[in-house]
Amino acid sequence: MSVPVNMGVVLLCHENLQMAARIARIWAEGGAKVAIHVDAKSPETEIDQMKTSLSDLPDIRFSRRIRCGWGRFSLIEATQHAASLLLEEFPDCTHVYLASGSCLPLRPISELAAFLALSPDRDYIESVDANEVAWVIGGLNKERFTMYFPFDWRKRRKLFDSCVNLQRRLGIRRRLPRGLTPHLGSQWWCLTARTLRAILDDPRRWEYDRYFRRSWIPDESYFQTLARRHSNRIESRSLTFSRFDHRGRPYRAYDDHIPILEESNCFVARKIWPGATRLLEHFPRPAKPDPDPSPPQPAHIERLIARALSRRVLGRPGLYMQSRFPRKDAENGKTSAPYALFQGLTDIFPDFETWLAEHLSGDVHGHLLGPEKVEFAGRPEIGPGALSCSAEIRDYDTQRFLAALIRVTEKMQIFQFSPRDNQSLNWFMATDPNATLFVVTGAWNLPLLETGMPFDDVRRITAMLQRTEMAQLEILNSVWVKARVQLWEFNDFIARPQAILEKALGQIDPNAKPITSLPPTRDTTGLAEHLQRLRNSGLHPRLTGDQPITKASHILTRNEI
Amino acid sequence: MQGLKHLPLPARLRRRAERQWLIARAINRRRALTPVSDRTDQIRKRDILAFVTQRNERVRLPYFLEYYRNLGVRHFLFVDNASTDGSAEYLKTQTDVSLWRTRASYKQSRFGMDWLGWLLFRYGHNHWCLTVDPDEFLIYPHCDTRPLTALTDWLSDSGHRSFPAMLLDMYPKGNLDDETYREGQNPFEIACWFDPANYSIRKNNYLGNLWVQGGPRTRAFFPYNPQSGPALNKIPLVRWNRRFTYYSSTHMLLPRSLNQVFDEDGGEMASGCLLHAKFLSTFAKKSTEELDRGQHYGNSQEYRAYHAGLQQGVRLWCNESRRFRDWRQLEDLGLISSGNWP
Repeated sequence: MSVPVNMGVVLLCHENLQMAARIARIWAEGGAKVAIHVDAKSPETEIDQMKTSLSDLPDIRFSRRIRCGWGRFSLIEATQHAASLLLEEFPDCTHVYLASGSCLPLRPISELAAFLALSPDRDYIESVDANEVAWVIGGLNKERFTMYFPFDWRKRRKLFDSCVNLQRRLGIRRRLPRGLTPHLGSQWWCLTARTLRAILDDPRRWEYDRYFRRSWIPDESYFQTLARRHSNRIESRSLTFSRFDHRGRPYRAYDDHIPILEESNCFVARKIWPGATRLLEHFPRPAKPDPDPSPPQPAHIERLIARALSRRVLGRPGLYMQSRFPRKDAENGKTSAPYALFQGLTDIFPDFETWLAEHLSGDVHGHLLGPEKVEFAGRPEIGPGALSCSAEIRDYDTQRFLAALIRVTEKMQIFQFSPRDNQSLNWFMATDPNATLFVVTGAWNLPLLETGMPFDDVRRITAMLQRTEMAQLEILNSVWVKARVQLWEFNDFIARPQAILEKALGQIDPNAKPITSLPPTRDTTGLAEHLQRLRNSGLHPRLTGDQPITKASHILTRNEI
Repeated sequence: MQGLKHLPLPARLRRRAERQWLIARAINRRRALTPVSDRTDQIRKRDILAFVTQRNERVRLPYFLEYYRNLGVRHFLFVDNASTDGSAEYLKTQTDVSLWRTRASYKQSRFGMDWLGWLLFRYGHNHWCLTVDPDEFLIYPHCDTRPLTALTDWLSDSGHRSFPAMLLDMYPKGNLDDETYREGQNPFEIACWFDPANYSIRKNNYLGNLWVQGGPRTRAFFPYNPQSGPALNKIPLVRWNRRFTYYSSTHMLLPRSLNQVFDEDGGEMASGCLLHAKFLSTFAKKSTEELDRGQHYGNSQEYRAYHAGLQQGVRLWCNESRRFRDWRQLEDLGLISSGNWP
């Protein structure tokens, strides 16, 4: 605390002058000298009101009024006028803070002064090299410096855009004034009076001004670039807390942000929703007898904003709702959590579901996609998330059914599948990294042995199921598969079921109980004869493994068995 | 955002013709409305307005008005469709309500949308307009700490002109008539349960909106033909312009860019819920009455199904029902989203 800090503030106001007057009072009563610039577009009556309401404060000056256009050089001119006025009228100012009439000081001004006094020759201005870092979100970055911008973006959007496109096509490039490196950063800064004077009194200022007059949003580049020329003690951060979303729109603060803003320890915040009366009354915090010079720590509020942004841009995986309905393959997670599917096992072991439930910790369902009804674990009429067991409701939107079930439950979802079930999710599951598909092909032949139906019917059903499973295998063997897929032919599986199941269960759930016994197997006697009979009738059974199957067998080698 | 520019010219012209037809129809039907108390001169620039049709909802109105006044609705524009229970008289005494009365057919005025279409055209221009039924209560992110104007300001700033709010059916735990709804009571003290995750969604390519169905009504009354279940997607809050029109109830609008309230690239846009307090003790009487009048959508088949269900003592509550807590619970469940509005 060697040098006393004399704060000066340049306040840019253009709307809501009532609030601006309040802010000016906060600064002035906190001991800062204030130079106010009011946009020439604001109505005369409001300005008079503002002037009278501030007339009791001696350290407030109003600078010459200029018509300001958003993103134009007029903003810089206004700042220059006000800053010169401030430095002329109050030559003992050591620091100048640029703020707007809607920037709300959160901490007492004395604490800001105490903070600045810690290293009094430092310039707090965010200044990022435009050649190296894309600082701008949702807008032009480097091109701000290399193109001409004669048109107003707000009023002449089309002309603006075509002008940019034309310059891109013609390859027009402006040359920067010699010795300048383009820098970008937040438009709100706090410079030492020495640096600011150097910028304002620079002998080449007319040259820089002429250049920036035709550049785009100079309020985010003029001082940021010139400060680099005149100061070597730049601390590249803004003391005003303000964040923009992915479209370049500022976030706003509301009443419910009071605790988090207070905790952030920031000096000044922007933007405040004008209706947040409680917040506007709460801040700035009253000055304490000995000011706390600790720096801002906005980590918490940054996290809140980052979360909102990621929700807006990426969304929550596996969620489909009224305001999030990703098109195919843009889902950022088709489902929200891992799940597993066993195909053909219930045909080999009729009791497989119960047996599996004893070994795994997840929810083991029956045939969720079964033709008659949704077989939730325990067979309730209404399953998790109040999903109906009606097959019609499920088939009306299968994808939402599965995604909702997985999202609303806490444990892993495990269910049975077969070619008899609804096949509409085959692509969805095969391309979902959350899915583990464990498939024994051709197992559906076994229950057909016991039906006692006329052979013609059995043959027809066999043909149908085989066609379905072949179509499914084509999907599972495609190059687009993202799921973990394990395929076994019936014969290979039945040769050593325990080893294979052990491996599969271990993959799904590392804490799976070790397998001591298998559930009772369905009777396989007569299968060979049955298959031969099918063959004799002209139908070629292909999935049980009697015949070499090209497609499935290369999977076998992949599984290393 | 995609869609609009890629539509071929004839398709765009067709939608435009349809939109103009609907607006012209609404203007034409203005003669069906007789003003009872016209306080529209109270409406100030930037006020949020509510547009409501009602019939025999006397017992619900006090809480309804109180709820939306607290949110920040500044003026209510009611159309009373031949009520006989004194609700018109009640509304007449409210100082922030303008009331029109009509005896015309609800069904032939596109379920009241022609009447409201005219009022929206006449009074809604450049206002944020909320079009709801007396049994629908808007919940939006942060609604416990921020008024509706905070939401509409933010929507305007972010360049949005419409805000979606899905209909969430609320129901009591026991039978509907176990607990009688008293006037002025918060209906969600009784009907505080809802279905968390059984909604189906598909996209309607003609208007670019989503078609949300499901919920307790579909599971209890339409288990074998879910496609006839009621549509739950709604866009009740719109920064109105004379050129806009609701297409079918408040489910979707024309021009179709207003229906782009969802993200298709994986992100979440902000959305809310309309808590639907239909299933109260008043429901049995209402459904009998509405069935007799036959004035509802699709030959009143919904009411037919409810009536049949009620006769068999269908209960909507099940083990998986959730008890309503606040908007954060709905957001965690993925029914609403705060999008980019932290």
